[in-house]
Amino acid sequence: MTRRVIQSLAEPLAAIVLALLAGGIMIFLLSGLVPGRQPFDARLPIDAYGALVSGIVSFNGLTSTLVYSTPLILGGLGVAVGFKAGLFNIGGRGQFLMGSIASVAVISAIGGATGPWIAIPLALLAGALAGALAGFIPGFLKATSGAHEVVTTIMLNYILFYVSNWAIKGPLTLPRAPQPTTQDISELNGALYVLPFTRDLHIGVFIALLAVPIIWFVLYKTTLGFEIRSAGANPDAARYAGMKTRRLIVLTMSLSGLLMGLAGSVTLLGQVHQTSFGYDTGIGFDAITVALLASSNPIGVLFSGLLLGAMRAGSPAMQSQAGVPPDLINALQAIILLFLIVNVLRRVLARRRAGTSTPEPAALTAGKYSTESVQ
Amino acid sequence: MSGIPGALDAIPLIGLVFQLMGYLIENINPISATTVAVSVPIALAALCGVMCERSGVVNIGLEGIMLICAFVGWYASALVAGALGPEAPFPLFGATPALLIGVLAAIVAGMLVSLLHAWLSISARIDQIIGGTIINIGAAGITGYLYTLVSGQSLTGAGQFTPLGVPQEVATVPLVGWLLNAVLNQGPIGLTTIIIVIIFQIMLFRSRWGLRTRAAGEHPRAVETVGIDVIRLRYRNVVMSGALAALGGAWLSMEYGTQFQANMTNGRGFIGLAAMIVGRWSPVGAFGAALLFASATGLSLSITISPPSGDLGNVFSYIPSEFWDALPYIITIVILAGVVGRSIAPAADGQPYERESAS
Amino acid sequence: MTQDGPGVPALEMRGMTKRYPGVVANDHIDLDVCPGEIHALLGENGAGKTTLMNVLYGLARPDEGQILLDGKPVQIASPADAIARGISMVHQHFMLVPVLSVADNVILGAETMANPIFLDRKQARRKIADLAGRFGFELDPEAKVASLSVGQQQRVEILKALYREARILVLDEPTAVLTPQETDEIFGLLRRLAADGRSIVFISHKLYEVLEIADRITVIRRGKVIGERRPAETTEEELAELMVGRAVELTADRGESHVGRPMLQIEGLRVADARHREIIPGLSLEVRAGEIVGVAGVAGNGQDELVESIVGMRTPQGGKVTLDGRDVTGLSPRKMNMAEVAYVPGDRHRFGLILAFPVYDNLVLTGYYSPPYSRSFLRDDQAIKSSAERQVEKFDIRTPSINVPAATLSGGNQQKVIVAREFDRPLKLLVLDQPTRGLDVGSIEFIHRQIIAKRDAGAAVLLVSAELDEVMEMSDRIAVMYRGRIVAEMDGRTADKSEVGLYMATGGREAAEATA
Repeated sequence: MTRRVIQSLAEPLAAIVLALLAGGIMIFLLSGLVPGRQPFDARLPIDAYGALVSGIVSFNGLTSTLVYSTPLILGGLGVAVGFKAGLFNIGGRGQFLMGSIASVAVISAIGGATGPWIAIPLALLAGALAGALAGFIPGFLKATSGAHEVVTTIMLNYILFYVSNWAIKGPLTLPRAPQPTTQDISELNGALYVLPFTRDLHIGVFIALLAVPIIWFVLYKTTLGFEIRSAGANPDAARYAGMKTRRLIVLTMSLSGLLMGLAGSVTLLGQVHQTSFGYDTGIGFDAITVALLASSNPIGVLFSGLLLGAMRAGSPAMQSQAGVPPDLINALQAIILLFLIVNVLRRVLARRRAGTSTPEPAALTAGKYSTESVQ
Repeated sequence: MSGIPGALDAIPLIGLVFQLMGYLIENINPISATTVAVSVPIALAALCGVMCERSGVVNIGLEGIMLICAFVGWYASALVAGALGPEAPFPLFGATPALLIGVLAAIVAGMLVSLLHAWLSISARIDQIIGGTIINIGAAGITGYLYTLVSGQSLTGAGQFTPLGVPQEVATVPLVGWLLNAVLNQGPIGLTTIIIVIIFQIMLFRSRWGLRTRAAGEHPRAVETVGIDVIRLRYRNVVMSGALAALGGAWLSMEYGTQFQANMTNGRGFIGLAAMIVGRWSPVGAFGAALLFASATGLSLSITISPPSGDLGNVFSYIPSEFWDALPYIITIVILAGVVGRSIAPAADGQPYERESAS
Repeated sequence: MTQDGPGVPALEMRGMTKRYPGVVANDHIDLDVCPGEIHALLGENGAGKTTLMNVLYGLARPDEGQILLDGKPVQIASPADAIARGISMVHQHFMLVPVLSVADNVILGAETMANPIFLDRKQARRKIADLAGRFGFELDPEAKVASLSVGQQQRVEILKALYREARILVLDEPTAVLTPQETDEIFGLLRRLAADGRSIVFISHKLYEVLEIADRITVIRRGKVIGERRPAETTEEELAELMVGRAVELTADRGESHVGRPMLQIEGLRVADARHREIIPGLSLEVRAGEIVGVAGVAGNGQDELVESIVGMRTPQGGKVTLDGRDVTGLSPRKMNMAEVAYVPGDRHRFGLILAFPVYDNLVLTGYYSPPYSRSFLRDDQAIKSSAERQVEKFDIRTPSINVPAATLSGGNQQKVIVAREFDRPLKLLVLDQPTRGLDVGSIEFIHRQIIAKRDAGAAVLLVSAELDEVMEMSDRIAVMYRGRIVAEMDGRTADKSEVGLYMATGGREAAEATA
């Protein structure tokens, strides 16, 4: 048992360490482009990573890690639930936006009248439901027509982006603002600040921490979870076993969207407080990274969410102290996943033990766009 | 939007439809040339998809490949232009050495990234949709990182390619002239795309390469047992397809625009995949579907540039501009959902091929 | 038929050894084939016959051993090498691309070219028609392979070999899916090819077939050569004992059946396939409690669709299905499961198991939703695991533990997991699709005994199998299916195999003509 835990940790850790090394080389090679640095400045990677760590290891850095991790954990759970059912939700960005917009709408509409204790739970609920709706659409399309969710969720990201822009410019707009934006709700939701002496820690952190065991329980201890996992591992066998696979697709995509919407909602209520054109925290790709790093295990999502949250929390310091743009984190993410998915560690070890076969590919999703056989 | 019901009461719907048709006929010439132009990156992405998937490899990373190539093409041309100083363009297409080198650099970059995808899908045999997504994440990250760094420098770009152009007297001749204008009023990448579509279609169904490609996408083991190296065939196709996606990226930053912008592909790679499915994995079909999707953009551009007048303009004024922006994506989803059930993918699409002896 | 003398075989394999993790698939196997000879390789499923031929064909690399052609050692690293040296193989699962034409399939890899880029399809068609004519069979080179019968597809495979001018032809279980008449035809063709001087390796596990066709028989068991015989010097009993390693009863003892009330009644069933073609245009059949009805038929005559519409995985277009007097037409798989209907699917990896899941989850795959395995949406892991332990014991499932993934079990034990899951409860109807395909003799015997026990406990059993022998051995009654209809029914104990075969091949037209 412990052996299995160690093994399941060793691979992501090896991938992360190797990716940081590769990222360091990249910073080094491109150091000539950083203002005030010479080409091939070997100090730059050290300075950049040093700044990154210093941005994390402080009281504010740690609370800020928790704050950044909150949507990543919720979104990571959303993607992971989809993966378990063999569905790939790349629509996190759109679902997250819908969660944010719905929460703003609720607060703007009733926040002043009812006060935070009623408005905020309702805003969370509305955000979750809006996300679920945004997830329901591709689920429904897949179940009825077979249109692959990878294409439809991406298309929906753009459509919902324009829907959100329309709302920000139209019904939810803050009058007389220089740029179209929504009302700042930070005054109203003061009740969300959990620890009075922290700068930014909000109740959303606890929602995310609570979601982890709930999703784990649903997946592994309920019959619904067994159905979701069966449909993901072998949809034909699930249908043979009498499971309603179409309904499972719709349900799982909605649940995935719900978690994404909740991520959008808690981020808006507790962290950013208002939205404007082009609001995008990068959640779509980040959540995929978190889920993949965790092999779609909800407990693992907690840790990979914290890890990526820490990197996000530390990246502003990297920018201000070493001049390395935070976009580096996005590139690092891809390198981590690359090393993880090709099982760098196992590949290296396997080469030494000659004769063992290459590891089986992780079949997370069916590789086809059209699934005519969904019945 | 509350004004619409009132407006509809006042104007008979039939009249509106006639006005819309009138508007379309009046503007068909500019709309169709724009549509063909806008379809170019979608078509190239779709062709890239066809070339991969016909041989059995799913490539959803082509969005990222296009993005990287858009950056590489633009940056390479800007560097060359900076080094050479201002040069007189060739008489055709406004081509300069800088732009041509930019396109070449984009193609090399596209083939290299495709080689990575080929290795992930064919040799490492990881889930191809995950592999493609990682390429997309990486492309957004790395181009974002580089672009942030590079935009600190003062770069004067290399400009852009210009359309071939059709004389005004010809272009305004109804039907024939319009058609010529739509097809020929394109830059070099646009025209190349049309030629590629035709050649690709013939090659796929009549050449040895085409027969082997189609067989490998349907039943790779059967192909292996007649002595053909499926692995090599798939590698070759995926790497070649990278050049197609690269042209799409180069089009964005060097033919349509004059410089790179973060995430400038805007989902065109995925629309291309939808076009591939709707076009049933054939080059001509994919191009047709790309035109269909692009017509939504053509229409919305036209409405922005020359808004219709009269009652129709009145109704359109109630439609938020965001609707027109979202229209291409909406059309893509609707058509995909309507067609996908009848469009059957190559049987071995997305399945890594494993030789028996791989132990 | 030129020979260097009887001493030089066209093909010789010496000490061939191939190891896979955990098993030695081929253990120092020697085999030789002379020009003009038909040499049978006999062994049960999993004995290593196919591995040996994959080694010969360059699809698998041997760990030890040597291959000699005409007495000269050669290296065969890929199918291309094998083809270049005149070796061709007809695989058990046809290596044909269904969406391509016969001609395209035949020329693939050895294309006739008009120029370095484009194909010359006209010349290819002419060449194919010539070859087919020479060996006496008809094939439309333009037809899509998907539209051909399995017998015709096999001829396309042989055509591929002839087109490549193969001198050594390997056929892996070529008769598995054929009717007895088609088998006779293919035997005739093989004899013509041998007379033409070609060497043929004929792989099979059917005793009477190798006795009929082979000049020489090599028996292998668990990767080793056990003996070599000539048909004239041996018997089915001896070959069976060599093949399995112990005395085997060649026919299962189905015993007496005690037929009860009608349990499954199908009237005028109409079913469409995935392409909306009506593949079952009106079928009627009755299965009574306590009897086994075997459905014989060439693969692709609607058997899959029949079975799937009974168990609820496919919605019929029309007709009526009654279970124990109750109309169950179009009910879902879950409802059928609750109505005490069990189903062993034909493709156990695609439908029957979730290979990545542990054995205990697979044992509740169809029953997880109700007590004792779950209570109000919650799984009862304790109950699931203790029931799994019990079933592993009862059904003799060889597994290191109930926690290992089903993928790690052997084919026979995987099938036993399905049988344990489906058989271990009271049943009204048991639907079996190819229940023993690809299994070793021990597992086949075990599963056959379980089926008979279920029948004797009063279940109605519908057995569909492409293996005519299995249908002949097990059925109390045989129904022959042809183009979506039942064209004949006969007593399972007295039916004549060639008569069944005639109905399978022609739907009874010729049978009717013969008696008229």
